[in-house]
Amino acid sequence: MDFIVELIASSLRMTVPILLTGIGAVYTERAGVVNIGLEGMMIVGSFWGALGSFYFGPYVGFLMGMSAGMALALIHAVASVTFRVNQIVSGVALNILAFGSSRFLSQVFFKMATTSPHVKGLRPVKIPVLGDTSPIIVLAFILVPFTAFILEKTVFGLRLKSVGENPLAADTLGVNVFKFKYAGVLLSGLLAGLAGTYLSLEHTGMYVEGMTQGKGFIALAAMIFGNWTPYGTMWASLLFGFAESLSFRVVESNVIPYQFIKMIPYLLTLAVLAGVVRKSTPPAADGIPYEREMH
Amino acid sequence: MKLKKLIALIVAVSMLLFVFAGCAKKEMPPSEGTTQQQAEKPKKVKVGLVFDVGGRGDLSFNDSAYAGLERAEKEFGDRIEVKYLEPSAGGENREQLLRLLAEDGYDLIFGVGFMFTDHIRKVAQEFPDTKFGLIDGYIEDLNENSNVVCLQFKEEEGSFLVGSAAALKSKTGKIGFVGGMKIPLIEKFEAGYMAGAKYINPDIEIISDYIGTTGDAFKDPVKGKELALKQFKSGADIVYHASGASGIGVIEAAAAQKKFAIGVDSDQSLTAKEDQRPYILTSMLKRVDVAVYSTIKDFIEGNYKGGYKVFGLAEDGVGYAVNQYNKDLISDIIPKLDEIKEKIVKGEIKVPADKSEYEEFLKGLKK
Repeated sequence: MDFIVELIASSLRMTVPILLTGIGAVYTERAGVVNIGLEGMMIVGSFWGALGSFYFGPYVGFLMGMSAGMALALIHAVASVTFRVNQIVSGVALNILAFGSSRFLSQVFFKMATTSPHVKGLRPVKIPVLGDTSPIIVLAFILVPFTAFILEKTVFGLRLKSVGENPLAADTLGVNVFKFKYAGVLLSGLLAGLAGTYLSLEHTGMYVEGMTQGKGFIALAAMIFGNWTPYGTMWASLLFGFAESLSFRVVESNVIPYQFIKMIPYLLTLAVLAGVVRKSTPPAADGIPYEREMH
Repeated sequence: MKLKKLIALIVAVSMLLFVFAGCAKKEMPPSEGTTQQQAEKPKKVKVGLVFDVGGRGDLSFNDSAYAGLERAEKEFGDRIEVKYLEPSAGGENREQLLRLLAEDGYDLIFGVGFMFTDHIRKVAQEFPDTKFGLIDGYIEDLNENSNVVCLQFKEEEGSFLVGSAAALKSKTGKIGFVGGMKIPLIEKFEAGYMAGAKYINPDIEIISDYIGTTGDAFKDPVKGKELALKQFKSGADIVYHASGASGIGVIEAAAAQKKFAIGVDSDQSLTAKEDQRPYILTSMLKRVDVAVYSTIKDFIEGNYKGGYKVFGLAEDGVGYAVNQYNKDLISDIIPKLDEIKEKIVKGEIKVPADKSEYEEFLKGLKK
């Protein structure tokens, strides 16, 4: 019993950064903008979150982490929506920028290039069965139905989706395409920044360079795997989180070499992907820059 | 249209100028550097150091190397000039950084970590007049006249002591080990630790995990914490880590579970958060600082020798930490640990340094 509870708790902890970023990815891709810079937004989130918490406490830390993610997202939006730069190129550039700027600023503020001092996180909340849990974990799972509601039932969500499906039609009907694309991208930056801050403040209580370990890309995969829907993304994130925490618990033996244990999350993912044959349906105008034709 | 072309031309020309400016700049410093160096050489020794993955601030391995550099700087004051660099996150530019320091006329250059082995081998050949110190690495066929000295540690001996301490202090009869990257170097820690524990209590159970198979395993506190939590939850009450910056997560887990962690390389009680200190039983000290400092000292005094230097218990190159935070925790077992230490130094206990030697050691115990 203890083993199972612990496995679930650990899965949830590993799921949350992927889930938060994955939901962010849903917002941006539904608005028709591919955001491969999510990893970078997590990185700046983890750094700025630690910086804010170090000087002003965890609440400011979270605010700064989310703002940093959004600031990076704003650059992506300006480049890829307003100036119609290739979205992949812009995203890759942002990842490099995030990495370099975090190292530079860490050197400036902490006098250490790769780590911060210890920082404080939020006070944990008590949850039946699981015990002390970070409030961000709870928040992440509340965000799933919330996002589904926004996308399906609100004017904002429906317009956001229409912009991703057929921007020309939306524009003709008087929807401000650019505004909604900006909103989608900024929301993704906010959530990725939150995910990064969760890692540094809640999980380890310290910023370490590269602590995101590619989770931003895994979140993108989870979002695609989840068929661009919030619930799908949640299940996919849970699968990734569960597989990872399971790999911690498979003990090395003479039968299974160590390297194979570390492959479990990826093998499981491949197996599920290959097993669940489902048509994936991205938004029709995903990744295509929108240009108003002038005649 | 013409305007556009004009702008394009201006941009192209200015870019070209930048390129040339870049070239010119590159050529300038070395000539400047050499004159400076010639002028200063009689008094100033230039010491360079390149950190391993994790970098300064890992509160562990790299910080220990930095402490040695600091000590030398303090002691020799204006007779030396030090500079330290950190490789990129993946460590791809290790060789570049070594070469950069060598080209800048640094006299003694350290590579902190076994990952520098191949790079130092190469760069040392290109710069025969520059001396190198390689920590944890091993390059074959060196002798006194080589320009590389390999500074190695008997981590297994220090780990044996903290393993014994863990076994003496464990109430559940279960202890854990979290390693960073799965490589022979870290397996030395593991083998020594397990042997030390079994030496005290042959029935003790040891749970052992590694974080990963790449250099990233030394800076992944998220996984470090998860693995340690797993070990604590499955009954271990003391976990020893040898995982660089990932160990921050292990200590975090111990404090959260109100169990014990054993630090590594540096005295981690001193660098931990206030509220984590009561949960650090001790730390296995690997005196990288001593190795760095003594090599600099030798160099300044003209006694630098190439080849190999091994730091074990006998040389005080490894050991365990006693400080104001854990004094009360471990004071009752210090006599026992000192007794074991003496036996190791005298050679009465042969500490295993890998899996097969460990099996041998266990057989020896049973007899």
